[in-house]
Amino acid sequence: MILNPGILALLISSLLIGFMVLYSAVHGAQILRRWDITSGSELQLALERKTYLISTILSYFLGIQLVSLFLFIFTVDSLSPLFVGAMCAVGSLTVNGYGYPTLLLKLVNFILAGLWLIINHADNAGYDYPIIRKKYLLLILLTPLILAESALEIIYFLQMKPDIITSCCGSLFSPASRGIASEIAAVPVLPMKIAFAVTMGLTLITGTIFFLKQRLGGLFALLTGGNSIVSLLSMVSFICLYIYEMPSHHCPFCILQKEYGYIGYPLYAALLLGSVTGMGVGVLIPFRNKPSLLLTLPGFQRRLALTSLISWIIFTILALRPILFSSFRLE
Amino acid sequence: MPHTLEKQRHILDFTLASLLRRKGKNGALFTVYTLIVFILASVMFFTYALKEEASLVLKGAPEIIVQRTLQGRYAPIPVEYGVKIRGIRGVMGVRPRVWGYYYDPVFLANYTIMAPEGVNLPPGSIALGSGISRMRRAYQGDTISFTGADGKARNFTIARILPEESQLLSADLILMAEGEYREFSGLPPGLASDLTLKVKNPKELATVAEKIVKILPDSRPIIRNEILRTYDALFSWRGGLLIIIMSAALLAFVIFAWDKASGLSAEEKKEIGILKAVGWESSDILFMKFWEGLVISLTSFLAGTILAYFHVFLTSASLFAPVLKGWSVLYPQFQLTPFINPGQIATLFFLTVVPYTVTTIIPSWRAATIDPDSVLRS
Repeated sequence: MILNPGILALLISSLLIGFMVLYSAVHGAQILRRWDITSGSELQLALERKTYLISTILSYFLGIQLVSLFLFIFTVDSLSPLFVGAMCAVGSLTVNGYGYPTLLLKLVNFILAGLWLIINHADNAGYDYPIIRKKYLLLILLTPLILAESALEIIYFLQMKPDIITSCCGSLFSPASRGIASEIAAVPVLPMKIAFAVTMGLTLITGTIFFLKQRLGGLFALLTGGNSIVSLLSMVSFICLYIYEMPSHHCPFCILQKEYGYIGYPLYAALLLGSVTGMGVGVLIPFRNKPSLLLTLPGFQRRLALTSLISWIIFTILALRPILFSSFRLE
Repeated sequence: MPHTLEKQRHILDFTLASLLRRKGKNGALFTVYTLIVFILASVMFFTYALKEEASLVLKGAPEIIVQRTLQGRYAPIPVEYGVKIRGIRGVMGVRPRVWGYYYDPVFLANYTIMAPEGVNLPPGSIALGSGISRMRRAYQGDTISFTGADGKARNFTIARILPEESQLLSADLILMAEGEYREFSGLPPGLASDLTLKVKNPKELATVAEKIVKILPDSRPIIRNEILRTYDALFSWRGGLLIIIMSAALLAFVIFAWDKASGLSAEEKKEIGILKAVGWESSDILFMKFWEGLVISLTSFLAGTILAYFHVFLTSASLFAPVLKGWSVLYPQFQLTPFINPGQIATLFFLTVVPYTVTTIIPSWRAATIDPDSVLRS
């Protein structure tokens, strides 16, 4: 374990978050079992009040999760000088087997929590809480993932050992002995460029159709999901290379640094927002026929689609700008 | 959209007015909150600035230093080791360094004496670091006396005082000609304190170090990056340790915040009751509580951070520098260069605002779900 302020901050917050989510899951289970909108009993009244608590906790969680995602990358990056062979966050994440799983779970949990809040918002708009059971079932499914994330993060940090000078010898740590990767293996550029252009194009087209005509919502949501993955792979495969203007530096984390004008923050923020809102459109489709949602849901879905479209356009502009305007050429 | 914004603006407006109405309670919270942020921010800014300072200084250090160990301890190294090391492919140059420490029993301080190659000093004279000069009140042209290894006192004339700008490195430094230093310290000819190596290709550093250990098993090569890494770990560790110690204070603060948030006065309860009676929903009260937390957190966070900035970079962290710098009698007096990045601010935010916010969620919810009927009746 390394006593570093960043690590301490992350550990404290993940413990707090784990506790809060567990707390809301317990209450969620109670709602799931005892909810009866037609009853006027004291219990039902208390449960209705608890829905406020749980949605407040989850909204805070989402905000904290977003910042902690970036703080995690930042901290891991700042730890890289402590490990022989690690150049940036990529190297520190491979110090032990828990680095990348933690990061992956952080991303997945962010998206799931975002989707939960979208469902929650739609549900609260209906007077009779039409999707409350599904909502709390999802919450209970989400809880183990969030707890697993906290556990992985704690193990990851606890198992770190820095390579510092000892009194017997310096210098004999060899990076090969621990298998630290200083670079990420990336997908070849040209196929990835084509895939990026196709999925992004299709996502934007279906999104526009949905926004204008209320059709192809499911396809749009599916494409958004695929587009998120393709975009992340494209970042590693070619977008980052143009930003660094280096043909072999595939790191997806260094763009968060000052040297590149913190361009990574708006890029990833647009990507995450585009993914969550786009997929949110699809998640809500099954509930369109609920009588109490007939009036509110279509408008909400259109707003989500619009937000998603704008985010993806911003992402595309930010990603294409260095490709089109820098003098760096990959081929 | 504009409607939602307008609504939030009104809620914020109301919250601010209500916060100002309870100056005593909120003032106490603000003071404690600011103090916590201030302490943590000072620790972080200070350790980070020292770390950056150290890495800037070490940029000019030699790529590899070779020491000799004897009986597991550091010992002078024979100069002819350099010839063997020079034969390793990739080594561009080897230089012996002659330097040592001197303990001044009168002032209870340790000095570093160096005899660099090609130092330009007339016989019997030395160059003196500004820290020593200040402490011993000795200036250019004065004579200063040190006791040599043989127990005899020797007088040296101060040829010049080393410039103030390099204080971090030279506050406790004395420069001497090599021959005089060997005579003064008793270091026999043919031995040096350590060897410095120049290696052109940074990728070869580890290989060169390995080869040196193979040829000269009693040597201990140290690569510059390792020194950097060790400093990095050391300063982070000190900062982390201080934060752990302060976590008791942090916990106390969280309990304080919990207490403030959950202990609603009768008047506050009545206020919420009236608001709900006139048509505010529970979610509106929750928004009000959210804005309340945001206003208090941001104000305290900003105030604490700004105070810490002044404390660390203008007064050189006068409150707890000794703990973080390490133990020494002769402190260099220097002003740190501000190094602050978004990650530090985010870390600070996570150590203070996040615990505060999380502890106030449940009390705010309790306040928001007060039954207006029961409050107004009581």
